[in-house]
Amino acid sequence: MLENESNPTISKSTGLPRKRFYRARAHSNPLSDSHFPVPISPCHVDYSFHYPQLFSSDQVDSNKKIQFADVGCGFGGLLISLSTLFPETLMIGMELRDKVTEYVKERISALRATNPGQYQNISVVRTNSMKYIPNYFGKGQLSKMFFLFPDPHFKEKNHRRRVISLHLLDEYAYVLEIGGIIYTITDVEELDPVIKLLSTATEEGQKVARNGGQTFQARRLSLTDFAASSDKDNGHSSLRSE
Amino acid sequence: MTGLGDDIYVIGGVIGPDRWNWYIKPMSDVDILTVGGERPTWRQAAPMTRCRGAILGYEECNFFSLAFESSSLPSTSVKVVNVRGGCGVSLVDDSAQPFHKDSIRAIRYSANGKLLVSAADDKLVKIWSTDSWRCVSSVNLKIDQEMLLMLNIVNECFLNGFSPLRLSQSLLREKSECSCYKQDGLYVCFADKFGVVWVVDLHELEGNESLVSRKAAPLLAHYCSIITSLEFSPDGQFIVSADRDFKIRVTVFPKKPLDGAHEIQSFCLGHTEFVSCLAFICTMDYPQGFLVSGSGDSTVRLWDITSGFLLDTCEVGAKAGLLESNRSDEGCSTVSDLCIILDGNLIAVAIQSLQGIMLLHCDLSSRTLNVIKVVSIMGESFIPTSLGSSSHAELLWMVTGVSKLSGSDCNSLARVRVLSGFKKSNPDSVGHELTVMRDDELPGAEKLLEKLQGSVSLRRMFF
Repeated sequence: MLENESNPTISKSTGLPRKRFYRARAHSNPLSDSHFPVPISPCHVDYSFHYPQLFSSDQVDSNKKIQFADVGCGFGGLLISLSTLFPETLMIGMELRDKVTEYVKERISALRATNPGQYQNISVVRTNSMKYIPNYFGKGQLSKMFFLFPDPHFKEKNHRRRVISLHLLDEYAYVLEIGGIIYTITDVEELDPVIKLLSTATEEGQKVARNGGQTFQARRLSLTDFAASSDKDNGHSSLRSE
Repeated sequence: MTGLGDDIYVIGGVIGPDRWNWYIKPMSDVDILTVGGERPTWRQAAPMTRCRGAILGYEECNFFSLAFESSSLPSTSVKVVNVRGGCGVSLVDDSAQPFHKDSIRAIRYSANGKLLVSAADDKLVKIWSTDSWRCVSSVNLKIDQEMLLMLNIVNECFLNGFSPLRLSQSLLREKSECSCYKQDGLYVCFADKFGVVWVVDLHELEGNESLVSRKAAPLLAHYCSIITSLEFSPDGQFIVSADRDFKIRVTVFPKKPLDGAHEIQSFCLGHTEFVSCLAFICTMDYPQGFLVSGSGDSTVRLWDITSGFLLDTCEVGAKAGLLESNRSDEGCSTVSDLCIILDGNLIAVAIQSLQGIMLLHCDLSSRTLNVIKVVSIMGESFIPTSLGSSSHAELLWMVTGVSKLSGSDCNSLARVRVLSGFKKSNPDSVGHELTVMRDDELPGAEKLLEKLQGSVSLRRMFF
């Protein structure tokens, strides 16, 4: 704790990183080419880096795979709640904003330090999930995907930046196992077109299932009466209450 | 490097989709060194072009087409010759529109040779009948609402001097039922600059020779990533698309493609640079076929598409000795094209900065790729950018070129060379007998070259 006293970004009382030092703009351009390492394929994902206790060097042969993905995990509130709810499940948060990813990393390592044996099943990675989802997960690997309060991108010219789009749903269906669930939530009533998109995509998913392939169900948690706030941690608490 | 008058033309670099969705890397240039004056001076002439050739060999006819793909300067013609007769064919468009108003990005024959498709930067895809050489259909992408979204990003590209929409690869295939000759379906697929693959239904084309404008429907999309190659699997079950983000996506080609293709079979992941070309190897023993891909990481890889499993990797750049000199230019040994020869186990590979081609042997029983030899082309600087072969002619056609050189009366610079000596009966011993045909040995000889290259005396102008 001594070194924490000299580090103002870490809270003295809880040992957790302080959010105000990791503020970032709410929006990030997913179309730009950011330079961060991307695993060549799902088998190149370094599990011992993300889950050091579960994949220590003496038991590398563990064939456990990541099953939950929180796409656009923000400050990681959902991941941390899920970690104790599903202690046996490996999960990963994906976030495009560098600073925010750093925050979640610090938060997880602080939680691991203060609660030995807990929070070993969660990790975070900085990546553009719209481009690199297939580099992280193989076919049918995931059982749940979370898209909580995605950037709504109101302007029509920015619609292609939306994380939920008809074409991207094909990729999500590919990484989800049969019966896997996509959780989406939004506080933007206008995102009706997206909701419509989801329902058509579900039908297509059923069609795919009939052909003996992948399928998924879209479960919508619509929170239109919720105060217009895009703070993801608020969203997570309301999700838990449902 | 070629000489013309007092100038030496130096063609360097090829074809890599750069970051920010620029299509061609800035390093790819044609420079002119003027040596006639007192002091030799360098000037830039044109960006490097990918000159594409498509060969069609069926029954008695043998057509070879040539089109240019350039990054900024327009070239608006497809040249077609009948290889047997050596005579040219002119394409007729009844719609009174110009042929193509912008650079032609892709040309492709259909599997049975009845149709030729061309796609250009003017956002038009034109479909030609090879019987009459008339335009039977055109697809205008401007009609689509989707384009409005695209144009916003396109503006950025304009500022950088790049062309608006890239129709990267156009492709045509027919699905026909094996038991009868009735055509089950006919679709053209092409990709735009933003990673969307479009599909056009040509069902009512049969017997209807009048010009029809058609709309394209989105089939699938790579998220904002240029699609560099598009192929159908030999059995028509899958459509395979490769992009500049190192990905190869295998998608089930649906029964109703106009509703989109939503079932992804696999992703073939392993390349560490953009994927430049795809080809299928399909033999009697393995009718489902194996995928071969070439990439900017100077490797050729062999894939099983149903699982996405990487079967073998061949470091062609290193094998060709191009990496030994330790040149710092990244991508100097990009694989620019692949061509399967004799429907079988031989693969011709065009590699950037390699004068000639590399021959690979693919052993499908052990699933390995082995280098047989490098076939050098002596006598002139010739780095092929596009390869084509017709199954029965046992020839490999190689093309390189630039379009519309400024400061020259030469409209475009294209060079076609042909490699002969492939024997169907004995594909394994092929390494020894290959020869580059002299211009006067070509089928159709100088007439053919005149049509394709624009000038029969081309060779004499260069040294």
